[in-house]
Amino acid sequence: MANFTPLSAAIGGALIGLASLLLMLLLGRVAGISGIAAGILGIGSLDRGWRLAFIAGLILAPVAAMLAGYAVPAPTMPASWFIVITAGFLVGFGARLGGGCTSGHGICGIARFSKRSIAATLVFMGAAVIVVALMRHVVGG
Amino acid sequence: MLVVASLVCGFIFGLGLLISGMMQPAKVLAFLDILGIRNGTWDPSLAVVMAAALAVAGLGTILARQRPQPVLAPTFDVPTKTAIDTPLIAGSALFGIGWGLVGLCPGPALENLATLSPPLIVFCVAMAAGMIAHDQWYAKRPAAPPSGALAGADG
Repeated sequence: MANFTPLSAAIGGALIGLASLLLMLLLGRVAGISGIAAGILGIGSLDRGWRLAFIAGLILAPVAAMLAGYAVPAPTMPASWFIVITAGFLVGFGARLGGGCTSGHGICGIARFSKRSIAATLVFMGAAVIVVALMRHVVGG
Repeated sequence: MLVVASLVCGFIFGLGLLISGMMQPAKVLAFLDILGIRNGTWDPSLAVVMAAALAVAGLGTILARQRPQPVLAPTFDVPTKTAIDTPLIAGSALFGIGWGLVGLCPGPALENLATLSPPLIVFCVAMAAGMIAHDQWYAKRPAAPPSGALAGADG
């Protein structure tokens, strides 16, 4: 477990929780990123303002870090465009069909003690673990 | 005021993902690679992130339930569905497959737009296309529910 970073993980996690707490107490909204983003893309959506502001804040965080001199490396992505596009589509489609993603189900939903969100989180965690095992230890092994 | 509060919430959320390392798909994949436990490469950080986030967000649930309404809005807009149904399971499975392929979920994907990485931008466009494709298909189903149900998902 050479790469385990428990302190930064705990601090970062607490901030993610704090953002969810504040959004609920101030706006009465769930900090589910796929739901917030889909509301921006949707036709006839009336409450785009707070959604756009949330996503803008999300993107501004690393921008502020860069301006403060902190290096934010580009994400490591697969070389295959086919995998990048397929994965992106599945993440978008699946999160909408399942009613949420890592934030909406995995954090906000479980924090509301929702059995639906616990089930969803177990399913997407399980599916992702299986895919990584196949990609790294069967296909790539 | 509502917009400023939401911007600040998004900023704090983004700082959390950045500090925890969860903006990096490699770190997420190192958690999902449970078989890495055999040679010491498994990284349990994501579990710590979730536990810390749940502790604070859970406190938010308790505080919210003691209030008649949010500070800046007339009503709490929280999901009301309770059934564990086929769309929930099928959608979560598809989402998990996509997440496992690259190590990106919607929050870190959108936040990484700040790096202007070309493959990341392609990922986000594909993700948006997936969301639009779902919502269009959902709206055109024979027994389409009222449009309000579209945005009223769990998150």
